[in-house]
Amino acid sequence: MSIAGIFEHPLGRLGPDALPFWQMLQHPTEGNIINGCVATGAASMVVIGALVMVVLLTRYRRWGVLWSDWLTSPDHKKIGIMYVAIAFVMLARALIEAVLMRAQQAFGLSGGFLSPDHFAQLFSTHGTIMIFFMAMPFLTGIINYVMPMQIGARDVSFPVLNSISLGLTAAGAGLVMVSLVIGKFSTGGWFGYPPFTEASFSPGVGPDYWIWSLTLASLGSTLTGINFAVTIYKERAPGMTLMRMPLFTWTALCTSILMIFAMPPLTVATAQLALDRYLGFHYFTNALGGNMMNFANLFWLFGHPEVYILILPSFGVFSEVISTFSGKVLYGYRSLVMATMAITVLSFTVWLHHFFTMGQNANMNAAFGIASMLIGVPTGVKIYDWMLTMFRGRVRFTVPMVYSFGFILLFVLGGMSGILLANPSVDYQVHNTVFLVAHFHNMAVPGVLFGMLVAYHFWFPKAFGFRLDERWGMVSALCWIFGFMAAFFPLYVLGVMGLPRRTVAYSEASYVPLEWVAFLGALLILVALGSLLWQLRVSIRHRDENRVAAGDPWNGRSLEWATSAPPPEYNFAVIPSVEGRDAFARAKEEGCAYQSPDTYRDIELPRNSAMGPVTGAIGFALGFGLVWHIWWLVILSFLAAVTTLIVRGFARDTTRVVPADEVRREHLRWIAAVNATTAVSRVDECRPVNDGRARYEAIGVAP
Amino acid sequence: MNREAVRHPGLNLGAAHGRDDEAAERVMFGFWVFLMSDAILFGMVFATYVTSVHATAGGPGPHQLYDITSVFVETLLLLASSFTFGMASLALKYGPGKGRLAGWMIATLALGIGFLALEVHDFTAMFAAGGVPSRSGFLSAFFDLVPLHGLHVAAGCVWLVCLLGQIARYGLDTQAKLGVMRLALFWHFLDIIWIMIFSVVYLAGLA
Ligand code: HEM
Ligand SMILES: [Cu+2]
Repeated sequence: MSIAGIFEHPLGRLGPDALPFWQMLQHPTEGNIINGCVATGAASMVVIGALVMVVLLTRYRRWGVLWSDWLTSPDHKKIGIMYVAIAFVMLARALIEAVLMRAQQAFGLSGGFLSPDHFAQLFSTHGTIMIFFMAMPFLTGIINYVMPMQIGARDVSFPVLNSISLGLTAAGAGLVMVSLVIGKFSTGGWFGYPPFTEASFSPGVGPDYWIWSLTLASLGSTLTGINFAVTIYKERAPGMTLMRMPLFTWTALCTSILMIFAMPPLTVATAQLALDRYLGFHYFTNALGGNMMNFANLFWLFGHPEVYILILPSFGVFSEVISTFSGKVLYGYRSLVMATMAITVLSFTVWLHHFFTMGQNANMNAAFGIASMLIGVPTGVKIYDWMLTMFRGRVRFTVPMVYSFGFILLFVLGGMSGILLANPSVDYQVHNTVFLVAHFHNMAVPGVLFGMLVAYHFWFPKAFGFRLDERWGMVSALCWIFGFMAAFFPLYVLGVMGLPRRTVAYSEASYVPLEWVAFLGALLILVALGSLLWQLRVSIRHRDENRVAAGDPWNGRSLEWATSAPPPEYNFAVIPSVEGRDAFARAKEEGCAYQSPDTYRDIELPRNSAMGPVTGAIGFALGFGLVWHIWWLVILSFLAAVTTLIVRGFARDTTRVVPADEVRREHLRWIAAVNATTAVSRVDECRPVNDGRARYEAIGVAP
Repeated sequence: MNREAVRHPGLNLGAAHGRDDEAAERVMFGFWVFLMSDAILFGMVFATYVTSVHATAGGPGPHQLYDITSVFVETLLLLASSFTFGMASLALKYGPGKGRLAGWMIATLALGIGFLALEVHDFTAMFAAGGVPSRSGFLSAFFDLVPLHGLHVAAGCVWLVCLLGQIARYGLDTQAKLGVMRLALFWHFLDIIWIMIFSVVYLAGLA
């Protein structure tokens, strides 16, 4: 690209045809009009959503607050909340896309209403978003919020880096959102296999949107993984040995280790695909020595550990929740830790099962098939541990527990179908059918998504100081569980009947009834999401009845419950010292919770920094410029990135001090509030009288 | 206690540096973890190269393109720069002053730039002989691996200059010290990668 070229096309390949309604106006055929209206509707939702945000922020003069209290904050709790907010927005979009796909397939016998291209964009964005911009931000947010408090730390090791990771993730999510309005997303599925995604078959901007959004997100996740791992190794409170860490922290550690080692292969795969597309390299092309199997190996070398990155934190959440709501010590702590570690290691040895049918010899397939089945063993151990935790406990049927029951039942089923698929000869029969779609949703929805929703219910009162409405929570949980069953169990049958995945239309009439069941299931899931949002609204409206300022609404066991709700920004007035597992439960048992020390010290905290939002903005501009070949923007944002890093290197005086006096005042105020709170029994857990202080109750004793 | 506590792998500043030594613990550990991740990145690119060596698609191969003399000189330059950086680290730990440290760092920078200049010269010669990355899968893989290392070295050089700037501006404060220690790890890491490139790409390619 010559210098003159840059100025000849200042907007690169961006033109009016990038607008979603352009084609429909140019060629108003019936198909184009339907697809154009759907796409334009979606685009307007994005635009209207953004405009409403801007108007509200201006109307209520909240720009300053947004900037100084949120975007530039290095506080791990705020960063965590922002991650979860991103996850919810992206969940809503991906779910609407899923319902659209199910609707298309329900009408798919006569061809349906969507064009194949549009349908392909839907499953590509849905998959990409659900994995990279829903599940990843959700679990990163929850770990961010909870883990430092569970280990008795004031923050993560590198708070500003944390904010940079958030910026990069947000930039990636922003690119995916913009692709709805300007241009088109990839049609190559969430794993974007070349050669289809090479320039010769997909010359448009779609794969470029996919490449750069993933690259930004994976950079963010690598940095997050490093940050979390270092935090867990280096910031634990005195006495918090590894084997005393809450199980959620263990899963956070293993997930971080997976991120550190599994994200680089993805970065390499997307970077090489980009070189192929932009500079005519031949990594994965058909001709001149390209080899697409390299992509398959690189991608799944990331992709399989990725599914454990997604599921391990959920395992941690379920462990905490089941133990807390059974009022019992977690059964088999040691075996749960070992199982988590075993899964972490094994997850690197099975990636080939994603392409059993792609040409290896039978021995190779057998070896990877056996390795894949082995993962069932530690996972089975966990299931038994959770059940034995409940056994003879005093189980309370709260919303998180209902999700947990759904999880245990459904996850075992999904695991069974996984074991089936791990057998190469079975896989040959159902590979690329919706049987597979049913299997991985059977893991992703009850496992990953339910786990994250449980985390949201469980820790929401800690973060915002009031409980979520139980009734709407229950409605939502039941809709999720039964909606999931209706939406995905039919796919097992359809898969065995031979329906290929990613099918836009079919000619086999016997598919229709089950397709309709699945469609109704998807609608039920939409109701579940609606109830979740409604629950939030109801809970905010009734927040004053449900306050839990004392900080311990569920009779919690680990250290995050030993602070006020919401906690002060430094988490603990005095760093706790830990004598065993379940530190807070132990303190309550021994009657030494809620103590005030004799002396307080000054606390050093990181100052706010614009690094996060600035890096995010630059990353977004860089990605957008690359997608549309706007070279001046690319050069400019690259230079901006380098300059920002250099300038940051020269920054000094990056911390500030909270004086001991202020710490003491705040702490004593909270202790006084706790003492004024009546401790409630578990029977009243979900009633307004629960102000966040738990009465001590021995297991199994009636109130 | 007659042996100092080791806070992190590699050269420790030692108790004489007081709070700087304490601050090194998490930062240096974090950097080691980052290097592990970076090592995987290189591992993947190596794997791409190894699986593509024979994918020359009728184009030029190692024998037509590699200039072992030039690469050997590059290796010497890089090894020498690792030595000079080692001396810089010792100067950081034991002093005296910052003059000696800056001297060794500038020597490292000069060697690094020399390496990069020779490498660019190599690439130009390869281009002239028809060895452009779009020619074949083999050349794509080559230009993934070797320039990736080169880019790392270039980034290291920029970082080094910035650190010199920080030292000039603030003296040897905590951040400058930790910066030098991290760059030292980075630099030695790149040296090890280069040894692998030298053996796997050049020696094996010409064998
Ligand atoms: C909760 C309700 C959900 C529904 C109704 C749903 C529905 C669908 C549908 C209809 C497809 C296309 C299937 C096909 O190829 O024939 C699909 C694909 C996919 N979904 Fe979901 N999904 C849901 C949740 C999730 C979640 C939670 C995740 C991940 C965390 C996820 C990840 C994926 C992926 C990776 C694909 C494959 C995309 C591709 O083919 O490249 N989905 N989903
Ligand atoms: Cu897998």
